[in-house]
Amino acid sequence: MPTSSTTDRFDSNFLKEVQEGSEQNLTRCYQCGNCTAGCPLSFAYDIPVNRIMRMLQAGEKHAVLSSKAIWLCASCETCTTRCPNEIDVARIMDVLRHMARREGLVAEPPVRHMWDAFLNSVEKYGRVFEAGMMANFVRRTGRFWTDADLAPVALGKGKLGLRPHGIKHPDEVQRIFARFREQL
Amino acid sequence: MSKQYAYYPGCSAMGSSIEYDISTRALCKSLGVELVDIPDWNCCGSTPAHASDHLLSASLVARNLAIAESMDVEGIITPCPSCLKNLKTTSLRMQRKDFHEKVESIVERPVRADLPIRSVLQTVVEHCSPQSIAEHVSKPLKSLKVVPYYGCIMNRPPDVMTFDDPENPTSLDRLMGALGAEVLPFPHKVDCCGASLGLVRRELVTRLSGRILDAAASLGADAIVTACPMCQLNLDLRQNQINRANGTQHSMPIFYYTQLAGLALGQSESCLRMDKLCVSPAKALQQVGAPAQEERAR
Repeated sequence: MPTSSTTDRFDSNFLKEVQEGSEQNLTRCYQCGNCTAGCPLSFAYDIPVNRIMRMLQAGEKHAVLSSKAIWLCASCETCTTRCPNEIDVARIMDVLRHMARREGLVAEPPVRHMWDAFLNSVEKYGRVFEAGMMANFVRRTGRFWTDADLAPVALGKGKLGLRPHGIKHPDEVQRIFARFREQL
Repeated sequence: MSKQYAYYPGCSAMGSSIEYDISTRALCKSLGVELVDIPDWNCCGSTPAHASDHLLSASLVARNLAIAESMDVEGIITPCPSCLKNLKTTSLRMQRKDFHEKVESIVERPVRADLPIRSVLQTVVEHCSPQSIAEHVSKPLKSLKVVPYYGCIMNRPPDVMTFDDPENPTSLDRLMGALGAEVLPFPHKVDCCGASLGLVRRELVTRLSGRILDAAASLGADAIVTACPMCQLNLDLRQNQINRANGTQHSMPIFYYTQLAGLALGQSESCLRMDKLCVSPAKALQQVGAPAQEERAR
């Protein structure tokens, strides 16, 4: 389990930023551990989710934002569902990913590449074009054998279209992306 | 008053879960739930959008809400739990004025975000009680042992999804029971399959989905029945990967609930696109007494 960086141990604004971004009151977490007990991906995390909650309270910005856990969270909502203090933990994990991107601290680049490839496809066509997204992901990561065994099956079943299912007005979706970027 | 619903198929309906879309339309038609596609709908952005930015995610959803609001409909319905969660979350968050204004400025059109949004499963169960569906059954799924698998987010988080129980949902159980199937109590019914991590960290999906297959097999299930395109894909298309990784030999058909419902209501296997399933459902279908159309459909 990684320890927090000595150069950046405490950031007094961090807790406030996460609370505002997620509209959650993080001080209500009293470490019951329900989120970790229910998390299906805990076995793969470098930092269990209850510890992330504690580190947020302690302002350990760098350690939290550079953790792998926030990228391996599958957004299954078990933590949110079971929190006895009604903290939307999954929403906090989302906000931490947003912040990690902005700070350039993405600890699991392939996850980010997958999501970016997906969104590129949405921006271009208005809907996801699976084969195009896969090609984009492979180009970004160099993982040429990703699910190569599944392609013939999916193609044979007609489940992996080789042409995008575009919409009539992709320009409207492209404007959404453009206007969103202007706001950043 | 109109009884039509604005139908949001979701991107998987155009490819990886085409049989879910086709069988959903067939089931709704037979139950008198009238679907009108949201014209020119766009992708809701799924997890990649909400994990990247909440404003972007809401804006992608809001364009669809705005189009649906211009239709004369009861509400919006979608078969996909991920689309459902994005639609419902956005609609809720847009009740906040400042967020509402930001989203509208990005979408560049007015959005009320006030239409009711439900899953097809909820609509089917609430529109027709399992008892009245049972009256329409022409070919009961007798002797078919199924485990219902809802996936994580059909009912979660409960404050947003407001349907069934978040820990022990029973709508699919009741529906399958009404269709004549033997429904086994399944302790993994809301467990995570690993979602889209299969692409980047396959071992996580083979472990999580493998556990679901192991449990279903150990209970003696003939099939898993699901309502989520991502769960179906992981358990069905990836079943060989899971077997290789875990040293198992599962050959467990993974049906969409709409396919089994259609079958019980007398629709043909070819109409329900049983041929699109990767793990052959032939044995399970023979148990129901359906004609073996598997090989022909291939």
